[in-house]
Amino acid sequence: MLDYITSYLKSDATPGAAGNMLWAFIYIMLIFLGLSIAVIAMNWLERKILAHMQVRLGPMRVGPHGLLQPIADAIKLLIKEDIMPAEADKAVFWMAPLIVVTAAFTTFIVVPFGPQHAVTDMNIGILFMLGVSSLGVLGIVMAGWASNSHYPLIGALRSSAQMVSYEVAMGLAVVSAVLMTSLHGAGIYATGGSNGMGTLSMIEIVKAQQEQQTWFAFKFFPLGLMAMFVFAVAMVAETNRAPFDLPEAESELTAGFHTEYSGFRWSLFFLAEYSAMIAVSSILVTLWLGGWLRPFPNLLNGPTWDLVFSLFPGLMFLALAGLTFYSTARMPKMRYFRVQTLGLAGFGALLGLIGLILFIPPVRDRIQDIYWFVAKVAVFMYLYIWYRGTFPRYRFDQLMKVGWKVLLPMGLGVLIVTAIVGVL
Amino acid sequence: MAPVATPFFFYFLSGLALVSGILVITRKNPVHSALALILTLLALAGIYLMLYAPFVAGVQIILYAGGIMVLFLFVIMLVDVGRAEKERQFNKQWLVAIAATLGLGILFVKVFTASKTLAELLKRPLAQLPETSNTQQVGFSLYGQYMLAFEIASLLLLVAIVGAVVMAKKRI
Repeated sequence: MLDYITSYLKSDATPGAAGNMLWAFIYIMLIFLGLSIAVIAMNWLERKILAHMQVRLGPMRVGPHGLLQPIADAIKLLIKEDIMPAEADKAVFWMAPLIVVTAAFTTFIVVPFGPQHAVTDMNIGILFMLGVSSLGVLGIVMAGWASNSHYPLIGALRSSAQMVSYEVAMGLAVVSAVLMTSLHGAGIYATGGSNGMGTLSMIEIVKAQQEQQTWFAFKFFPLGLMAMFVFAVAMVAETNRAPFDLPEAESELTAGFHTEYSGFRWSLFFLAEYSAMIAVSSILVTLWLGGWLRPFPNLLNGPTWDLVFSLFPGLMFLALAGLTFYSTARMPKMRYFRVQTLGLAGFGALLGLIGLILFIPPVRDRIQDIYWFVAKVAVFMYLYIWYRGTFPRYRFDQLMKVGWKVLLPMGLGVLIVTAIVGVL
Repeated sequence: MAPVATPFFFYFLSGLALVSGILVITRKNPVHSALALILTLLALAGIYLMLYAPFVAGVQIILYAGGIMVLFLFVIMLVDVGRAEKERQFNKQWLVAIAATLGLGILFVKVFTASKTLAELLKRPLAQLPETSNTQQVGFSLYGQYMLAFEIASLLLLVAIVGAVVMAKKRI
């Protein structure tokens, strides 16, 4: 039994490929837990960062610097009365949030956090991710229709039109990245590796970037960057986030498709929105930014640099712990704040402990893939917040114009030119 | 790797497809029908997966469940559902229905009896199914052997799109 459990720790395959049910289950649970924590953290970060961008303080009351605010919000949502409109289509109204959440979470089965850190590796991985995430729009449309109210219906109509339009541009950008897995170019565009078959598997795509010694964002300059740009814009529209958040434009549609939802059902929509954001960001990171590969593998190579880069996760946690201790020292010295100060110090100690654990060599080797992947995804999650604080919302005709007249031709052009450059 | 093509999954998926297929034609509310149709399409995607055709399964989900059915729902939601529900469900097409059922039934029986001899044919060992390079094989077939048919189909679709735009817009 113990052998069965520990045997996986030395394996180089994903639990799905190794056929190890126990570890597949553990991975699913870990991803579920990690995603929930990430969504909670994003909730707090978004409010804090937006507030600081607008020269406000943001949540400050619950816990030091409002750290416990998302937990308080979650408790409030759970014990809130769950209202279902009398004229709503009960069954569809009930199913809609479940479909949205299931679609958003299922995509993470194939997300490659490392060469062996994915639940499973499918040979249609990227197709699977796009397909399942496109099922999420069904839940949004169902929610809008089942509410039997005007604002949600308009929100759902906008959402379906928007998502179907941007999926086309997104698909073209993805195809150009898949093309790059098999094409190696010539002349100034020549990359390492040998000409082979292309692949749709998420892990193989990253391995192709490793073999060609270039991230696809920088391959066939500027074609890779252009495809990444198309995807990066389309993914914001696909997740209904600002500046493309017309389905829930609060100034005109109250809250769009989830106007009639409250309590737990509403929080499911919230959870699904943020996990969908993480899912599309991880597609982008996998396809163009080298997935779990560490930065500068060509420039700073050799065992010394490998060691230095593998210390990053532990150092980051230690830095966070240091920041927390600094904040603890700056807490007001009053009896009223004593519990908060102690809590913050405890949190800092926890972060420091995690940092120290991450320095242990076996853990370090195993964890650094996950660290680089998550760090790259985190950059895009920050960009989402930044977009929201910077760009004003598009009008619907402008949104359609951007989708069909800018991104689609650009994606098509990049695809054709990539193919030509690749076979030259 | 353990095969997923167990009888349980086959009966489960085909049962799901049949039940939701019946729901499609018996629900009075068109939105419910469309949702049942999505379930049918997903069950079919599962069956494609069992047949070692992951690419077809993925495309089925992206195009049918995620693309076409969203447009279906889009159109249905703009229709006055209340009026459609009051209308009679059946339009006294008994004669046509019986003829179609008989024709389909005869076809099924023929296929079933023919498959008896086919089963003996299949007793020979099958070639190894190209599960891992499935997508590549589809690509080779589409752009190699069936190039002409594929291009004609895409041209047909282009003509259909242009036709739809011409019909929908008075002035272009």
